[in-house]
Amino acid sequence: MKTRYSFGGDEHIFVEMDEEMSLDAFFKALTMSKAVRAADIDGVTEVCPANASFQVKFDPDRISPEEMLARLKAFEDEAGTATKRLDTRIIEIPVYYQDPWTHETLMRFRERHQDPSGTDLDYAARINGFDSAAEFITAHHSAPWFVSMVGFVAGLPFLYQLVDRDRQLQVPKYLRPRTDTPKHTVGYGGCFSCIYSVRGAGGYQMFGITPMPIYDPEQSVSYLKDFMVFFRPGDIVKWKPIDRAEFDRITAEVAANRYSPRIREVSFDLDDFKADIDGTNARLMEALHGD
Amino acid sequence: MAIKVLNPGLATTVQDQGRPGYFHLGIPVSGAMDSYALTAANLLVGNPATAAGLEAVFLGPQLEFQRDATVAITGADLPPKLDGEPRPGWTAFKVRAGQVLSFDYLKSGARAYIAVSGGIDTPLALGSRSTYALGALGGMHGRAIAAGDLLPMGDGPGADDGRSVAPTLRRMPGNPAELRVLPGLYWRLITEQAGRNFFDDEWKVAPEADRIGYRFRGGRPFSFEPREQPFGAGSDPSNIVDGCYQYGSIQVPGGSEPIVLHRDAVSGGGYFTLGAVISADMDLVGQLQPHTPTRFVKVDMQAALAARKERAAQIARLHDALS
Repeated sequence: MKTRYSFGGDEHIFVEMDEEMSLDAFFKALTMSKAVRAADIDGVTEVCPANASFQVKFDPDRISPEEMLARLKAFEDEAGTATKRLDTRIIEIPVYYQDPWTHETLMRFRERHQDPSGTDLDYAARINGFDSAAEFITAHHSAPWFVSMVGFVAGLPFLYQLVDRDRQLQVPKYLRPRTDTPKHTVGYGGCFSCIYSVRGAGGYQMFGITPMPIYDPEQSVSYLKDFMVFFRPGDIVKWKPIDRAEFDRITAEVAANRYSPRIREVSFDLDDFKADIDGTNARLMEALHGD
Repeated sequence: MAIKVLNPGLATTVQDQGRPGYFHLGIPVSGAMDSYALTAANLLVGNPATAAGLEAVFLGPQLEFQRDATVAITGADLPPKLDGEPRPGWTAFKVRAGQVLSFDYLKSGARAYIAVSGGIDTPLALGSRSTYALGALGGMHGRAIAAGDLLPMGDGPGADDGRSVAPTLRRMPGNPAELRVLPGLYWRLITEQAGRNFFDDEWKVAPEADRIGYRFRGGRPFSFEPREQPFGAGSDPSNIVDGCYQYGSIQVPGGSEPIVLHRDAVSGGGYFTLGAVISADMDLVGQLQPHTPTRFVKVDMQAALAARKERAAQIARLHDALS
């Protein structure tokens, strides 16, 4: 890993832990950004962790750019030696793969796609060496995912799959971004899955849709009453494939304010995970379902 | 008491100075695209600079006042009319209950700010009244104003009729516009020649120019330094592992058309950014009309900080003149 610092105009410092994505880069970025937040530096207005980088917004009238840079660099050694352990939660998210709404949208934007003759899932399956979309879908939901960033639009999670790199799925973004994406679409770009929290533009491939709201500015959804954004970096997600009947049932429960997602507290240790990926994932699944 | 919206204009939104602090959740700062002009409008009518007003784009709204107020219009030259009679811009004037404020056609600039004494009193959302339409947050039910809306008005003392901002204290972009840029971020991904072209070429504001970002066209396409794409970034040379975007930063998807990210920008994504428009020039971006010729001017940090100081001094002069 090679840390790179750069000013973004006169109000931001961008810190890239590594050019490529890895859980090591994520943990270092998260640890450093937490340390910066905890240091409560006068003049710092925003601290934003991302997948393999983070960003600090500061007021150069209160702290000079050079001093801000020096303060940030001082956190780096500390972050390198910190334990890579998180107390977090695992959440089961229902997904209706190959749903009619994302299908309608992907057909509408076919001329912006690498393979105008197929679907996003067919394309993703083929370039990842699977024989069918069904096999690809199984690979997508068979191991848990890690929320490595929240952003793009309000509350949208970027997710990184907890498998070894050989098994990681990679898909390019659309050739030209779409102007429309259904709300709650489960998307894929680069090595990241995401859930579109609102309807709008998007460049990720579309695989399915979840009936579960993850952003509610009105805060009327029962599990979003405390805060309008559901996800936090470090959350762990397990997709649960569902069919149309289950989708409709959950949608009705959400509307009646009776739905609550399955959530359990877990801890995640990066070194343990790297030593035994399948064993760690099995323990995560036990925590999710063993009650 | 309220203001009744008879006609909303094109995309008129409630905006204040923004909603900092939630960028790490994907919620952008929002607020007035030309924050200097909103400050001037507020001070003219006796409000604090932080009060909420209306931001009208290209086409003004038609508003019926249900109580007396002081009003001021700043920013773009969008000539105000009261019951059909012209009123000057950048100048406070009284409006009586029942009178209708409307606007003539836009003469220059892109965004006009309408301040009313007491401010627009829609509920606070995460500490701000600014409308973030993509996230359905703030303003009138998270959207642009619509015909039939009743915009709540706050209580304010109002100010004297005829107070005006001197022309030397009004700030608008020139033609061609000049935007100062501090190179950095992923600048190193483009070739030296592409970097020179970016500053040499004359660009034009594209029709895709809104609160999320301003796209520019007409310059030469960018070329990239050859490299193997890092794992997780995606295969296009303009792709990066998704990271945070900076307010004012310039991204170039596919290496063709630079986009300056503005107040409602997405908070992160997978396209490289080559640097950022300096904070002192961000107000100017929001006043650019489509097709305006624009040059990007390379500056260093020292120049960026000097420009920032100059802008702060101008805001201080504005406060002195109107307090």
